[in-house]
Amino acid sequence: MVSAKRIASDFRVFSRGYLRNKFGLFFGLIFPVILILIFGAIFSGNSSGTITVYTQNQDTGPFPSSQMDIAAQFVQALNGTMPDGTRVSDTWPIQVELVSPSENFTKYLADHSSSDGIIIPADFSAKYLAGQRVDVTVYGNPTSSTSGLVSGTVSGVANMFNLQRFNGSTVISISSTTVNTEQTQYVDFLIPGLIGFSILVSPMFSLVNISSEYKKTKLFKQLSLTPLTKMEWLASKVLWYIVLTVLSFLLMVTVGVVLFGAHVTLTVWLIPFLVLGPTLFASLGMLVGTVTKNPETAGVIGNIVTFPMMFLAGTFFPISIMPQYLQSIAHILPLYYIVEGLNNVMVYANYTGAVIDLAVVAVITVVIFAAAVKLFKWRED
Amino acid sequence: MIPIDVSSLKKYYGEIKAVDGISFTVDKGEIFSLLGPNGAGKTTCIEIMEGLRKKDGGDVKVLGLDPWKDGYELHKKIGVIPQEFTFFEKTSPREAITYYADLFGIKANPDEILKEVLLEDSAKVTFDNLSGGQKQKTGLALALVNLPELLFLDEPTTGLDPNARRAIWEVIRGLKAKGKTIILTTHYLDEAQQLSDRVAIMNQGRIVAMGTADEIIAQHGSGERLEIHGSKELANYIAANTELKVGYRKGMISIPLKQKIDALAALAAAEQSKLNWGEIHTRRDSLDDVFIKLVSGVVDEHGEIIVESKGSNSSN
Repeated sequence: MVSAKRIASDFRVFSRGYLRNKFGLFFGLIFPVILILIFGAIFSGNSSGTITVYTQNQDTGPFPSSQMDIAAQFVQALNGTMPDGTRVSDTWPIQVELVSPSENFTKYLADHSSSDGIIIPADFSAKYLAGQRVDVTVYGNPTSSTSGLVSGTVSGVANMFNLQRFNGSTVISISSTTVNTEQTQYVDFLIPGLIGFSILVSPMFSLVNISSEYKKTKLFKQLSLTPLTKMEWLASKVLWYIVLTVLSFLLMVTVGVVLFGAHVTLTVWLIPFLVLGPTLFASLGMLVGTVTKNPETAGVIGNIVTFPMMFLAGTFFPISIMPQYLQSIAHILPLYYIVEGLNNVMVYANYTGAVIDLAVVAVITVVIFAAAVKLFKWRED
Repeated sequence: MIPIDVSSLKKYYGEIKAVDGISFTVDKGEIFSLLGPNGAGKTTCIEIMEGLRKKDGGDVKVLGLDPWKDGYELHKKIGVIPQEFTFFEKTSPREAITYYADLFGIKANPDEILKEVLLEDSAKVTFDNLSGGQKQKTGLALALVNLPELLFLDEPTTGLDPNARRAIWEVIRGLKAKGKTIILTTHYLDEAQQLSDRVAIMNQGRIVAMGTADEIIAQHGSGERLEIHGSKELANYIAANTELKVGYRKGMISIPLKQKIDALAALAAAEQSKLNWGEIHTRRDSLDDVFIKLVSGVVDEHGEIIVESKGSNSSN
């Protein structure tokens, strides 16, 4: 029989002990915030105002002469260089990144978590030269701060082209398409990533350490002489790390939003991740501590399990920037699904993706928890 | 019901016979000590009785229960201090008592228990800041939370300074006075002698002697003997000129006396030899002597038994 009362009393003693130990508190709560400050500071300096705008130039010709390739001149102008080669200004706000005409543009934007894009249609040059009306499509998210800047820049360039040849009558017109993906900054990834980091590190290291130490010092034996069951013991540890994770989550989100203007969406969808994550890694830590002979081996095995996840699961950098083989490795790491799930909820509002991540996390958690409870022994034969 | 009934208990670790067929019973209100050098099998034995280890053979009943199968039931009724007791570092004795009381689902009075184990002064000090003796007292306090009639104390004073040991002894005597039955393991002779009603001397997994100290001495001691400070030549002379068995070791001639008159014959021979001899006295084996004989070890200056390494096996 599992007794909530015993779990509560074990929880009380454990949490009190944890709070009295400054070291644990530092790693549980303060350290992830320090990481946000460091990484946030490093990468926020990078955004000097240039916005990357994915542009699909569908007008591939053929062109009788390069002068006739108006589409290319238009792209050049979007980058702030006039057809005669002069730079418009040193602080041109956008930077065009060309996308192959064969790509599905909407999907491409979503994959690159960008809301800013331009499509130049296939007959752009021909129609322009013929003085027929042609539409450039600007993708943007009206709620994003970059969106206005992008559409303003594009209409400015279009106006210039209209003036140049047609005295201002509208040949190139702008139509806009709304994209739901918000423009994401590095810090937007960093927050779910570092929440994932703290979901992993605190419960995992702590349980590896506790379970192997308690085995060595015979504290488990001592506890086995009381009515507390091993299931209750593990449950109280898991509960504490859920509490710690939620606290750490709130702290990190506050710091990220207040100091770095991160965009995060807070919904109830986060709750299952904040509950299952610590459960998973507390159990995994327990498992490592249980199957190893002594604290030293447990520490080594714990590190072998933890470190790849710490760096490859999308905690500090989105995994899309990693080479393919590392991405494949990431897919076998449990933390990857937690971080991806948090990103799907907090950054992309992609709940279909989040449900899949959640399912994967739930299955792994159940398996690891069951294995930990099964293999973990109070007493020896 | 006899609190403890052990018969032909066996526990093997591969080739090593940690416990090799031992039998004993413990009566209500008794302090029973398992005395032996490190590796004699004391801890294995006591842990089997506590239900922390599985036996390989024989029969064990503690309070009428099978300790391994009915461990969960048994643990509600017994109190235990494991060897080298430790607890959560950042928890004070008072908090620890409250925690145990919660786990056992009973109302405990922490102050009363702290007083019983002489730990009132350190009630609020966290475990990592307690001295060795205070830590053991915390262990004792926790063993008492569920008001057990039967207590298992596995080396309760190992590693403590003499004052701390005496303080623990005082607590244990207090518990006996309250009628508790206590099983104690120790490798200190004085501890066994001071505290216990009966002692079982263990060596290499077997009980080599059991009973009260006097019974053990009577059974295994050599009886009265005459000791003469003298030379090897004198020993040889006495041996040659009497019917007596003569032992010699480091300037001490030792002659077992079958009857008192044998002493006269020995002294007459010594006088006759014209050799020098010093102090004479007669003595009986003490528990120390018996112990050393039984486990072929020596007792160091702290009263701890040290056995020459051969054949020693680990009980941990």
